[in-house]
Amino acid sequence: MANSVITLDNVSFRYPDAGRDALSGVSLSIESGSFIAVLGHNGSGKSTLAKLLNAILVPTEGTVTVKGMDTRDEENLLNVRRTVGMVFQNPDNQIVASVVEDDVAFAPENLGLPPAEIRRRVDEALKRVGMYEYRHNAPHLLSGGQKQRVAIAGVLAMQPEILVLDEPTAMLDPSGRRDVLRTISDLRAATGVTVVLITHHMDECIDADRLLVVSDGKLALDGTPKAVFSQVEQMRSFGLDVPATTETLYDLRAAGADVPLGALSDTDAADVIVRWLEEKIHQ
Amino acid sequence: MLKDITLGQYFPGNTVVHRLDPRTKLVAVVLYIAALFTADNASATALVLLTLVFCVALSHIRPKALFKGLKPLIVIVILTAVLNLFYSDGNVICSFWVLRITDNGIRRAVLMVLRILLLVCGTFLLTYTTSPLQLTDGLEQLLSPLKKVRFPVHELAMMMSIALRFIPTLIEETDKIMSAQKARGADFDSGSLVRRAKALLPILVPLFVSAFRRADELATAMECRCYSGGEGRTRMKVLHMGRNDYLALAFWAAVLAGSIVLTRYGL
Repeated sequence: MANSVITLDNVSFRYPDAGRDALSGVSLSIESGSFIAVLGHNGSGKSTLAKLLNAILVPTEGTVTVKGMDTRDEENLLNVRRTVGMVFQNPDNQIVASVVEDDVAFAPENLGLPPAEIRRRVDEALKRVGMYEYRHNAPHLLSGGQKQRVAIAGVLAMQPEILVLDEPTAMLDPSGRRDVLRTISDLRAATGVTVVLITHHMDECIDADRLLVVSDGKLALDGTPKAVFSQVEQMRSFGLDVPATTETLYDLRAAGADVPLGALSDTDAADVIVRWLEEKIHQ
Repeated sequence: MLKDITLGQYFPGNTVVHRLDPRTKLVAVVLYIAALFTADNASATALVLLTLVFCVALSHIRPKALFKGLKPLIVIVILTAVLNLFYSDGNVICSFWVLRITDNGIRRAVLMVLRILLLVCGTFLLTYTTSPLQLTDGLEQLLSPLKKVRFPVHELAMMMSIALRFIPTLIEETDKIMSAQKARGADFDSGSLVRRAKALLPILVPLFVSAFRRADELATAMECRCYSGGEGRTRMKVLHMGRNDYLALAFWAAVLAGSIVLTRYGL
């Protein structure tokens, strides 16, 4: 594909001393500007997939290419990492400095940028995530959601083209989770950055352009969220749930109602049911 | 209970002393200590004492805060005073039993006690007016010539600042673990010293395990943000020596010179 930013070609990965592959035979191409969600339960290999995208891990077999750079090549390392920014689950363990703005400055400082440029990027990144007013605060006094937004800003300061978020909301309370998700969608709207969101909350996947389901180290399903969630039996066989709306429609079908499964939002599902009822009445 | 720990004891402020470059303050403290230890008579010690009082006044640090920091030193101060008082040679002023108090003893006791107090107050003034982060930055810059002999200056500074960053996080975690153990019936506050020390073990083990896990995750996150050591790294906040910094350095050099001269020719 012409505008694919990351390409995985038949990638397998095995941790040293492990009996089996954590990830096996994954081929995938990520398009520039898209929003991709990766769903899978614990131990499915989805975090391994994330770490392969920015050369924290390199594949045991196959190749990962980021903008034409092979991640296995040591010389590309810094360029790969500044192109693919990575945010992890626990914000506490990603924040390096004792002051918010100093932490955001960490990555551009590592890149050796001049002080004025670092300042500009830090201010811009903090404004993007809505944490500019907190720039002089100590991170440990912030809430979980705020800390995670600082962590995102810390990665944005590298000006990456792809943002990989590995379960960024797993440790947050509902309001923190909402803040982080809103920040991500604002970012996409403002900068057009490619987002790879790894999660086990299926409601976080609904807005994605493309949904990948990883199960048992393999890429099990790949398609639009509508198409993927419609395969209810498949999803259940991977130990994953489907959104409540899909579940309701699925139960209706099982009871004999002829409703399509695609609707994901509450209003869409309600529309589908209303339409089906109207048809029923007219018959 | 663990929330009370204030490390570095920094009192934020915006006085001349606070605004000085951390490097200036570090060098000034070295000059101050040198002056303090050359001062061997009343006039020179008085000079050092007066300059310290002057600096404290400039920094707007309440003397009460300084005295509070001196409290743990009472034993050492008394011991120093007693030892110097009774075990110095000189003209005997009064004596009873095996103890003799000499004029030299009194002089030495007063001088040594003043020396200890001034030494501690001076260094307190540094940590009270400089944030731990600034201190680390200043130290890294001052020690940077040592990089030539392969001394890991950057690594040390990075370790210090990460340690400072994680102190509150680990204290919070300790609190959590202690509550969890208490909820399951652990008792930390009674029994002999040995028993209490043993009771700490179930806190330390999970704390260490978690600290190592954190370290591992932090290292990965740092790598993701392109960290590759001090080589080629720039800083957002560049330390800057201003007019006041040079004035302060000249001032402290003068105090050291004054102390030397007064000790040599003074009273």
